Amino acid sequence: MRRIYLDYAATTPTHPLVLKAMLPWFTDGFGNPSSIHSFGQEANGAIEEAREKVAQLIGAKGNEIVFTGSGTEADNFAIKGVAYAKEHEGKHIITTAIEHHAVIETCKFLEKRGFNVTYLSVDRDGLVDLGEVKKAITDETILISVMHANNEIGTIEPIQEIARITKDREICFHTDAVQTVGHLPVDVDELKVDLVSISAHKFCGPKGVGALYIRKGTKIVPFMHGGEQEHGRRASTQNVPGIVGFGKACQLAQQEMGQEKERLETLRDKLIKGILNRIDHVHLNGHPTQRLPNNVNISLEFVEGESILLNLDLMGIAASTGSACSSSVLEASHVLLALGLPHESAHSSLRLSLGQETTEKDVDYVLEKLPQIVNKLRTMSPLYKPGKK
Amino acid sequence: MKRTKDLRSLYSEKVMEHFQNPRNVGEMESPDGIGHVGNPVCGDIMELYIKVRDDIIIDAKFKTFGCGAAIATSSMVTEMVKGKTIEQALKISNKAVAEALDGLPPIKMHCSALAEEALKLAIEDYLAKSKRKEE
Ligand SMILES: Cc1ncc(COP(=O)(O)O)c(C=O)c1O
Ligand code: FES
Repeated sequence: MRRIYLDYAATTPTHPLVLKAMLPWFTDGFGNPSSIHSFGQEANGAIEEAREKVAQLIGAKGNEIVFTGSGTEADNFAIKGVAYAKEHEGKHIITTAIEHHAVIETCKFLEKRGFNVTYLSVDRDGLVDLGEVKKAITDETILISVMHANNEIGTIEPIQEIARITKDREICFHTDAVQTVGHLPVDVDELKVDLVSISAHKFCGPKGVGALYIRKGTKIVPFMHGGEQEHGRRASTQNVPGIVGFGKACQLAQQEMGQEKERLETLRDKLIKGILNRIDHVHLNGHPTQRLPNNVNISLEFVEGESILLNLDLMGIAASTGSACSSSVLEASHVLLALGLPHESAHSSLRLSLGQETTEKDVDYVLEKLPQIVNKLRTMSPLYKPGKK
Repeated sequence: MKRTKDLRSLYSEKVMEHFQNPRNVGEMESPDGIGHVGNPVCGDIMELYIKVRDDIIIDAKFKTFGCGAAIATSSMVTEMVKGKTIEQALKISNKAVAEALDGLPPIKMHCSALAEEALKLAIEDYLAKSKRKEE
């Protein structure tokens, strides 16, 4: 059976050239980068080369990049690191209601330890309101964390504009750019951010490796205590093959980004238009234009997301949903609810995220199969009354 | 790489079979009892209709807005009640429905509880209606 992967926002396949770059560092290049001998120095050289590639992709300097074990770790590091470094200056943090769990749960943890957190609401398209950011800032505010683009609905936030608000104050600005780095141009000076979270596996790098960009001069406490690796900011022997693969993925992304972005946008728009034309009672979630090139998120009213996913999977199509039924805690997506959508809309949501192997044929296949699935499920649905608008 | 061919790692083959080919889907014209329930856990909705002659359930139908387990249990419960007396049907537990489907993942047991509840409500509705007729 044909298998079509449309869940690139969850993870991507490792690029063959990335894998090729990684392999020698499992075998010949096994040395510990902290060792003085040639084995160690070779590995260290490979890490520093990768660091430069990561830095280059986002317009940073090598010594502003700290390698981490994931995007989640980068988020934890940024938020806890700044909170603990600046708690004497104030205990107020501002973030949004639509952040990834890696940010939200970290903020909730800090709330239990005496910090105050404001979770900014978003509009129906998922955009943060600049006025709300201004209003939320107090003398106690030490950190603002707003994601660059949302992983579920694809909305791209006005990071530059938010940074302008924080610029004249002693407030640290973090952005979770896990969904944008490698896909869209990200330049730390243009965005005027102090901290940026990155994850390799979202753009054809390996899993279990990420980075935190830390602007020079940013007050932050180390994430792990131990050896002097990563300038003492993140102790533990580095994941050399992973980091080398991460560097290679950055280099490839830099070469291919422009073309790939346009190609995906065309496919994305074809898919969105096709679905809206072929199926009634459907709406797009997230911003219509200010959205990730590869993200399609729709609500197919009167049908439940998990049962859509199962049917798609039976036809070889892999996707995801924000339905409570498919969540391990049986809670609907906090992102979709934050848009002000009713529970049923979150329940009926379907995310199709495209990537480097997606072709126009794949899009056509989905456009052929999805209406059949929705029809079948609607005939079973007590909510669907045909003919009613 | 080892690949599970279908979704058997999530659901049993029987669940998937009922999910793909659900029995007794649809509304019923002039049913003798209707059970309508909403799931407080995840917000799903199930409607179950029964037709009764001489204390025996001769037909059952359903409509469900819910996950794969919810659809499969609706299908199975409508199959199980057909031909049963009211008394026998009242004894069908959600566990029995889940067992008839070769089991459900623990997190999906609440979906089968919904099917049991819809059945009970449909029977209660039938009993209340027939009582009213007698009076
Ligand atoms: C926006 C966002 N932040 C953080 C993460 C976590 O990244 P990782 O899987 O590397 O921990 C993800 C991916 O799931 C994400 O999409
Ligand atoms: S109906 Fe929601 S989890 Fe089964």
